[in-house]
Amino acid sequence: MADPTDAASSSDGSPETSADLLKELVTHLSANRTNLRQEWARRIGEARLLTALTPEEIFNEATSVYDNYVEVLETGSVKALQDYARNLSERIIPRGVETDEVLGIVLLLRDVLARSLFQKYQTDFDYLNQVLDAYEPAANRIANTVAINFVQERERVIRQQQEAIRELSTPVLQVRERLLILPIIGVLDGQRARQLTEQLLRGIRTNRAKVVVIDITGVPTIDSTVANHLVQTVDASRLMGASVIITGLSPEIAQTLVTLGVELGKVNAVGDLQGGIEEAERILGYQVSLGSDSIEDSQLR
Amino acid sequence: MAVPILKQGPFLIASIQAALTDTDVLQLRDDVMSQVTRHRSRGIIVDVTALDVMDSFVSRSLRGIAMMTRLRGAETVIVGIQPEVAFAMVQLGMNFEDVQTALDLEEGLALLQTQEGPADGGS
Amino acid sequence: MAAEPEERIAIESDNDVVTARQRARELAAGLDLTSTDQTLLATAISEVARNITTYAVRGEVLLSIVRDAGPPVREGIRVVARDKGPGIADLELAMQDGYTSGGGLGLGLPGARRLVDEFDIETAPSAGTTVTLVKWSRAR
Repeated sequence: MADPTDAASSSDGSPETSADLLKELVTHLSANRTNLRQEWARRIGEARLLTALTPEEIFNEATSVYDNYVEVLETGSVKALQDYARNLSERIIPRGVETDEVLGIVLLLRDVLARSLFQKYQTDFDYLNQVLDAYEPAANRIANTVAINFVQERERVIRQQQEAIRELSTPVLQVRERLLILPIIGVLDGQRARQLTEQLLRGIRTNRAKVVVIDITGVPTIDSTVANHLVQTVDASRLMGASVIITGLSPEIAQTLVTLGVELGKVNAVGDLQGGIEEAERILGYQVSLGSDSIEDSQLR
Repeated sequence: MAVPILKQGPFLIASIQAALTDTDVLQLRDDVMSQVTRHRSRGIIVDVTALDVMDSFVSRSLRGIAMMTRLRGAETVIVGIQPEVAFAMVQLGMNFEDVQTALDLEEGLALLQTQEGPADGGS
Repeated sequence: MAAEPEERIAIESDNDVVTARQRARELAAGLDLTSTDQTLLATAISEVARNITTYAVRGEVLLSIVRDAGPPVREGIRVVARDKGPGIADLELAMQDGYTSGGGLGLGLPGARRLVDEFDIETAPSAGTTVTLVKWSRAR
């Protein structure tokens, strides 16, 4: 049942027509903002999605997503939506929301909007087709943007958690004032060695350590990469004003280091951990008493 | 941008606030030398806490300054090298083997104090 | 390796060196590179960009985000530092540790290489120098 005006716009197929259609769409969505949001939120509840959130929270997020949705259709730019999606992901991931839920609600919104378009243009099948043609690419892009941002954020969180777990399993211990101990247990690979170095250096700053005892009694073998890391750790610690004592250097590892050409002369090595701590205390005690001597001296004047 | 140099008793403290250009480095060297001479300072702390990068140019320059002040009887202590910066420096091969370093200003001053030894009788 | 459009920073003074490395740090932070890796990247850029101001008078640094389909899937920063300066006469020597030139400890190239994951250099006397660095985010 096409009237002349419709025929003119439907036979065109030019980009302007598509833009006009999108404008129509935006007008329709804005006009029906209230009932479409409510419809969507209702269906989210029915589908048992976002159960980690309260109905109120769901409605608030639905409102934000809806408004961003319309903005994308209006401006053609997904930037605001991307920012919102990232922000939303950061908030709901800790609440335990899963990827399939996020995909689910975005697809539901697509469906709710599509159905409302069907309802509005049901008398003009050709026109409805054109509107859907204009709507679909935009709707797909929106779904993609939200889903991808959510997944990326999840992956980032997982990586962070893995890092945290790795850090927890290799503690830097402060046993006396200004003295840190880093007991290393197990086989080291390049990545773990590097991580230990980073932790140790941060620990030196946090604990204001002047002496560090690195105990490698529990390390069976090391390769050249790890040996280099060890030397670098000693050098970097020195740059931060801390001296390093290495303990538990087995004859095998000592041999490896010599073979690799590592300058063992640079390294202060003591037999076992206990000996290392005593040596450290000696170093610390030595410096303390020197200081008090000067104070006494100046008091005599 | 000129690096501010403060006097603390027999010592000087130079706090580097931002990345150093060629000009800044030369300026710093000149300022340090003139202040060391004027105050007959026994030591100088160079605080690099604010630097997020220390490349070979900056490292070489600071080492150069330390050598020069030593010729004037003043010992230089570099303080405040951040953990990541220290890590990057050793990867780069910059070790500061002949320059003293300490964790921070407090430690640097303590180091200079202990090296002072008993004060001379004169002046 | 897929790359996105580059960001160009002209290098003519020491301040430009700082701009280039700070911009790279920002980009790297957005990609989730660790703080340490950001510092390593910034330091490497400082080394090669300073070579430009010291030996070539002017040049440019191009920054871009690169993606590796994997496995493992990862993102990284690619840095291209190039100039039309005098070029390096003996590249092999320059890439050895301990090479001395210009009155200092050298061009810092072997050191810069240690700081990054991928390192490439093209140079010829009187034809300029192009150094390409890539720093990837850590694999999961």
